[in-house]
Amino acid sequence: MSMTPAVENPVEQLLRSERMPHIWCPGCGIGTTVNCFARAVEECVSDLDNLIIVSGIGCTGRVAGYLELDSFHTTHGRAIPFATGLKLANPKLKVVVYSGDGDLIAIGGNHFIHAARRNADITVICVNNFNYAMTGGQIGPTTPLDAVGTTSPYGVCERPFNLPFLAESCGAVYVARWTAYHVRQMTRAMCEALNKRGFSFVEVITPCPTLYERRNRLGSGLDRMQWFKENSVIKNGVDTRECDIALRQKIVCGKFVDVDRPSLLEMVEAKMASVLHRRRWERMSREQQKPIAMRPMKG
Amino acid sequence: MLGDNDGILSGAHFLDGDHACAEGAIAAGCNFVAGYPITPSTEVVERLAWRFPGTGGTFIQMEDEIASSIAIQGAVWAGAKAMTVSSGPGISLMLEHIGLAAMTEVPCVFVNVQRGGPSTGLPTLPAQADMMQARWGSHGDYEVIALVPNSPQECFDLIIHAFNLSEQYRVPVLFMMDEVIGHMTEKVVVPPRDQIKITPRRYTKLPPGEYEPYRAGDDLVPDFAKAGDGHRFHITGLTHNEKGYPVMNAECQEQLVCRLVDKIRTNVEQISFFHEDGLEDADVVVITYGISSRVTMRAIREARKKGVKVGHLRLVVVWPFPEEYIRRLAKQIEAFVVPEINLGQVVLEVERCAAGTCDVISIQHAGGAVHKPRTIYDAIVEAVR
Repeated sequence: MSMTPAVENPVEQLLRSERMPHIWCPGCGIGTTVNCFARAVEECVSDLDNLIIVSGIGCTGRVAGYLELDSFHTTHGRAIPFATGLKLANPKLKVVVYSGDGDLIAIGGNHFIHAARRNADITVICVNNFNYAMTGGQIGPTTPLDAVGTTSPYGVCERPFNLPFLAESCGAVYVARWTAYHVRQMTRAMCEALNKRGFSFVEVITPCPTLYERRNRLGSGLDRMQWFKENSVIKNGVDTRECDIALRQKIVCGKFVDVDRPSLLEMVEAKMASVLHRRRWERMSREQQKPIAMRPMKG
Repeated sequence: MLGDNDGILSGAHFLDGDHACAEGAIAAGCNFVAGYPITPSTEVVERLAWRFPGTGGTFIQMEDEIASSIAIQGAVWAGAKAMTVSSGPGISLMLEHIGLAAMTEVPCVFVNVQRGGPSTGLPTLPAQADMMQARWGSHGDYEVIALVPNSPQECFDLIIHAFNLSEQYRVPVLFMMDEVIGHMTEKVVVPPRDQIKITPRRYTKLPPGEYEPYRAGDDLVPDFAKAGDGHRFHITGLTHNEKGYPVMNAECQEQLVCRLVDKIRTNVEQISFFHEDGLEDADVVVITYGISSRVTMRAIREARKKGVKVGHLRLVVVWPFPEEYIRRLAKQIEAFVVPEINLGQVVLEVERCAAGTCDVISIQHAGGAVHKPRTIYDAIVEAVR
């Protein structure tokens, strides 16, 4: 009997294989985003010891636990302030917040807008599956109007957030949105976000076939990927006010914002250099190491 | 104002408790503070915001107390010594993260300059009504350490002790000041650097690959590693095994939570810290903590003039409660008198330990002021009648 040769997983060194199988459902898009993230890290990050991942609570909150990095699974909604403290206390670290839409934008919404405002030196990856999946499919601040969830059985009557617009208007220096179908673009966006100084934001639209897609009759995970393929409109650089998401309507994807603005750490450094004696400041800033080297993506 | 190389202002100063607390934190090696303005604690963070650039520390004013209480924990994992500062309403918002610090064993300090409650209560007036919140505020079973200073000098001295205990036991330490102590100005002596004892963080000596973040030795306290050191560890607020990985079953829960509780409960004698005065032949003992101890001194002086054999036991560490000690003491005396600026909190622990072997008299105060010495005096005299 001939055996099929085992194919090596190209991102295995970044995964905690001993923790597999993971908790995500068949057809869920979170694993796809993790694959893209791992590839972006392999491509762009030269020093894995200094790459730190912080998650909140929920399905996407479990990402931190599956990546073979120093990783923190914090409290619901609070990954961003945890990451802010981590980065300020050791500027050498590259800190990534990886969490879901409910965690980052509902309970964590205040931290999200303030981190963007102060241009905190963190990368935020938001996996948006339009509902609270870990707890069984309740609606959230990203659920499209009229969509059904267990806490809105007759359909949502609230307008959802447009995340790229929210992030840009609060001060993010990098904003992109892709779906789970766009693995190459998503990987590139994650790589570009990792290379930014300041608050960079990547939203990834993913299927939740067990709950959101099923209740809203949007088909299986595969159906939904097909739908993303056919109904995404790539509009790089478009005004983020045009990025609203409605049920069964086309989804605007692309890189919307990529600007340079001094980050929180740069602002603090500049302020301290101007108020402290030069010699004292030079001694202190020598002790404070610079961020780790990042490589831009090839090609 | 830069102080010595570590920013320590050795010498005699005239400081209020809030400022003394800030100076003590600097002397303890604290180099990260996140906070949010709230009366009557704001002066602590104001002073640190002013002082930290000169000492190499980082202060950030966060968007709320919830953010402050977890930003400090991120900073600790990056290697900082960190604290946050607040008062009742802010501490109420921080409770989930006191639980996170207990569960993930993050050495850090939460300062609570207590004011009258509940809710917004009395922002500018004192209370001691957060003592049970300090002990039980976050959900689940856990143990913390809580210290209560009674002067600006103690705000300086004991905040250093608070940092040391947090490092030794890898536990959040609550520093329970109150509005009067925070705003009272007295002489504060800052000793020279070489006379300040600092407990260093217990960093692992194991190389990456061998280190497990929650494998504890005989003292039940695991060694620490910071992010970026190559250990590639995982930390979670979920129930976890020694590797730090989530495990959802009753066995792991028992192993973890019992260790978190036992690392404090089996060390109560080492952690306990109190001052005794005239207990040898006492018929009645007044048990106090914080500002109430200073009002009590006058009442005791007057009672002794009348020939009453009254002793004073001032608790500096209130949690963990010195149960065994109080049980023994209860057998030797006729009554405990417990004045607190609350409607009966720590007195419940005294009653539980006395278990009927002596009387326990609660002297309550709803907050907004300190007790009148006369009230405590009357209770002492009544207790021995």
